[in-house]
Amino acid sequence: MNIADLQKKLLAAARANPPGDRVPYAFEKRVMALLVARAATDYLALWVRGLWRAAVSCAVIALLLGAWAFFNPTASTNADDLSQNFENTLLASVDQSDQAQ
Amino acid sequence: MEQTEADLIAAVLRGNAASFEPLVQRYSPRVFATARRYARRESEVEDIAQEVWLKAFEKLKSFRGEAPFEHWLMRLTVRTCYDFLRGHQRNRESPFSDLTEPENDWLERFVAQPETASENADAAKLLVERILERLSPPARLVITLLEIEDRSVKEIAQLTGWSVPLVKVRAFRARADMRKILAKMARDKYL
Repeated sequence: MNIADLQKKLLAAARANPPGDRVPYAFEKRVMALLVARAATDYLALWVRGLWRAAVSCAVIALLLGAWAFFNPTASTNADDLSQNFENTLLASVDQSDQAQ
Repeated sequence: MEQTEADLIAAVLRGNAASFEPLVQRYSPRVFATARRYARRESEVEDIAQEVWLKAFEKLKSFRGEAPFEHWLMRLTVRTCYDFLRGHQRNRESPFSDLTEPENDWLERFVAQPETASENADAAKLLVERILERLSPPARLVITLLEIEDRSVKEIAQLTGWSVPLVKVRAFRARADMRKILAKMARDKYL
């Protein structure tokens, strides 16, 4: 068997029989539906990414404020005052009723 | 009035996704015909065509309009088909003992009288598909583009993104690989 001739013959057979260009029914509708679904997924991903970024920023700010409150002595005094003031305000009505009795 | 291709592309890029549909409708026959050269099952052909259009939509921003849209789309199609071939390498080592009767008959006719073996026979078409399936993905791609679709080396380089010397080297190797496969088929059948 002449291999080179067989190769030529088979390649000629492939050239003589080009594949069909038939497109399945409503193929373009299917592609458009997929594109819409993908866009919806993209919006969701965008939101999730934004929320993650916001969460990380908030965590960093909380850590910085915590460190600032921890290492700043005046801040701790202020915090005592604040808590005392808060307690006084909250219990003011009870104190008044005690004094009245 | 029918919108031109450039109008449709500009509308899609402005955010009007619906303008993409006429492009899909217009060029899908070309995409399907190309995909059918590399995939045998119709479900695989549809998957390739779908992938091509999803990629085309995503990458439409990169289309600069210097060459026709069809050329850009064909580059994308050929590259998607190549990715498909790389992901679906099967039947490359199976023996040739399972040839069908018409395929065997065609080969017998070719051995006896090569000129009587018709190139239009279905058996020849099936046989060439079997041979192509046994080639490596780059060999199959280059044989299809160069020998079957009759494209120039330069065109293949543009379609595949390979350099011109690489296309030439791969074409040389692909022809040699094809001859090796044919020789193996002859051995399996006649020894």
